[in-house]
Amino acid sequence: MLSRVVETLYWMSRYVERAENVARLVNVNNLLLMDLPKGLSTGWEPIIDIIGSREAYLENHKDFNERSAFKFLLVGANNPSSILNSLWSARENARTVRDVIPRAVWEGINSLYLYVKENQNEGISKRGRFGYLKHIIEQTHLVFGALDATCNHDHGYMFMRFGSVLERADMTTRILDVRSANLIESETDRPFENIQWISVLRSLSAYQMYRQQMGVRVKREDVIEFMLHSEVFPRAVLYCLYEMKSIIAPITHSEQIDAVIADVTKDLVTTDVRKLKNGQLHQFLDDIQIDLAEIHNRLAELYFLK
Amino acid sequence: MSINWQKYKSQPFYDELISQTGKPRSHSHNLAGYLAGLSDEELTSARAAAEFAIKEMGITFTVYGEGSSIDRAWPVDIVPRVIGKKEWDFIESGLKQRVQALNLFINDLYHKQQIIKDGVFPKELLAKSVNYRPQCEGITPPNGIWAHICGSDLVRDDKGTVYVLEDNLRVPSGVSYMIENRSVMKRVFPELFENNDILPVHDYPSQLFDMLCAMSPRKDDKPEVVVLTPGIYNSAYFEHCYLAQEMGCELVEGRDLVVNNDDCVYMKTIYGLRRVDVIYRRIDDLFLDPEAFNPDSTLGVAGLMRAWRKGNVALVNAPGAGVADDKVVYSFVPEIIKYYLDEDIKLPNVPTYKCMDKSDRQYVIEHIDELVVKPANESGGYGLLIGPNSTKKEQQECIKRIKADPRNYIAQPTLKLSTVPTLVDNHVEGRHVDLRPFILSSGQNTQVTTGGLTRVALVKGSLVVNSSQGGGSKDTWIVDDGEAQ
Repeated sequence: MLSRVVETLYWMSRYVERAENVARLVNVNNLLLMDLPKGLSTGWEPIIDIIGSREAYLENHKDFNERSAFKFLLVGANNPSSILNSLWSARENARTVRDVIPRAVWEGINSLYLYVKENQNEGISKRGRFGYLKHIIEQTHLVFGALDATCNHDHGYMFMRFGSVLERADMTTRILDVRSANLIESETDRPFENIQWISVLRSLSAYQMYRQQMGVRVKREDVIEFMLHSEVFPRAVLYCLYEMKSIIAPITHSEQIDAVIADVTKDLVTTDVRKLKNGQLHQFLDDIQIDLAEIHNRLAELYFLK
Repeated sequence: MSINWQKYKSQPFYDELISQTGKPRSHSHNLAGYLAGLSDEELTSARAAAEFAIKEMGITFTVYGEGSSIDRAWPVDIVPRVIGKKEWDFIESGLKQRVQALNLFINDLYHKQQIIKDGVFPKELLAKSVNYRPQCEGITPPNGIWAHICGSDLVRDDKGTVYVLEDNLRVPSGVSYMIENRSVMKRVFPELFENNDILPVHDYPSQLFDMLCAMSPRKDDKPEVVVLTPGIYNSAYFEHCYLAQEMGCELVEGRDLVVNNDDCVYMKTIYGLRRVDVIYRRIDDLFLDPEAFNPDSTLGVAGLMRAWRKGNVALVNAPGAGVADDKVVYSFVPEIIKYYLDEDIKLPNVPTYKCMDKSDRQYVIEHIDELVVKPANESGGYGLLIGPNSTKKEQQECIKRIKADPRNYIAQPTLKLSTVPTLVDNHVEGRHVDLRPFILSSGQNTQVTTGGLTRVALVKGSLVVNSSQGGGSKDTWIVDDGEAQ
């Protein structure tokens, strides 16, 4: 397996994963805003913060009005993490490894990109956006499903999986970080706190699984515990770390990456995350993000084309 | 009904499907009947289905200088071009003859140059050839084959005669589109494939792979075959990927390869370096190896020629093979075939004027408005002058170029290229076509694709079939009609 090829596969998969995550994030926020009283709403600003595109947004916009922000998230040309740009990147990467990936995977990514591009007006409209986002999420599942079912589970596949899981862990920490800092928590607005935490779970596709696993009502500390420490939920950070460890194990020289993963895992399991107050939580999540970046750097150093 | 063959005008051209009397030719009888039975709606939806399939399958080509949209959907017309099997068998034997002679010619040029000593081929032509590579002198690639893959362009004139218009011996492209056009047509008109004996085209990647393996310098091991691409911005990138995928081998870029001190070629993998035996290169000679050719090339691999000269790696096509696809050399092919094979040429050349020859040159200058003038070494239709469709100014500029460098130009009469009915809105009109079959040579055997890529000039009256300049393509059927041509 060529070094350049595994690098491309890794990024292709990360970008598809990112597109899916952003689509879900936007969809859930859209639904949440309908439930919140006017004036209380945090609007779209936090979502732009979550994907780390605040600066890019402010270059061309003065405020976070719904139409501009929504368009920016979906198809914004100067937003590197817009759904359209993520899929464009996924497609360009897929194009350079078209010989390696199953045809169905290429066709899935290609047609999803074309769908997002050609139906953007529908996607931005209030009525059309739910169906548009839902289609995006489903198509990304189809791509990952086709990979799982029709691609050799060889080293190239492992790099795709690794990219996907790493992106997932990263997104989970971002969502928790921004959301916990932004929730409206004044005494009078108590009734709304609950639905906001539910929406955090939903934006991670975690609501149903949380209920099954935790068996308690939705509370801040339990949500944080679940999203960081669950060993069974596939978007929880700890689960992702275990997954990365097992994916990378069969590849030569992976001990060096395993060592980094082990360090992060140890920090995570030994921290009682329920007790972290907002400021501490932010610091803790920030550290995890730095560690995840370090895992990526080691991977690149070891295996990617120099 | 949308299509009425009685009203279809093929005159003054030879039409591939419909005879002058408005009757389908025997090999296209079933097809014509089927198409005539389709309603407007069915035709429109067939075309939409084809366009959708192409888009979704991501069958694309790249046009230079288009900014951000670097790949475009490949244009396919849904009316196929049909050739009878008997006629095809003859064309096939003519192509084999041609490529066999060309390979002997190239090998001779890099060794004794007997054909020059014997006064058949002028020495000064070789001296001025831009595709002759002195770096290749004295080298004998496996089985003496230089042009393993040849794409020859065929055209038919108004009398029905098939000519060879040119041979592409460097990095001919288009074969993937030939195969994909068939896949699209099977999706669009499955009924047609049930009721006709259309010979399949899908063997090509396996034949290509076998030929490549046969070139491996290490006979004992399973050879490591790779396709070397200049990258995603190349106009034929789709094809590079396609062939690598179909053959199940690595698609590499120059930066993936390295030549070590042992003069062997390796690719950089996640397990370390791995030996490469055969490189199907889709990079031009001059960019292959900065040590031997263009020192600024970032597409190639330093030391590749060293490894090739030592016989440690096979390069397909061999560097320097392009010396024989120069359009001036082309005009000597009948003599070349006679000289090496002692046979008469089966598939004729288009009558060609050599501008290097004084009287021919005078004729070309005087008749420039009737002729097609071609530079010796440009592909893709760049730098071409089509006399009847050009302005006086363009003609004068062309004459200036010819006088400055006569060796670099040939001219041919404007051929009345044959036509094939092509869908325009909801009816059909004749559009001009050519045909590019591909010929594989390993030295042990020679194989020709079943048919080839039919390119069609979609603009009414146009003769330019290149996809970079508004051309499209058609599926090409070889049909066993049991009739002698």
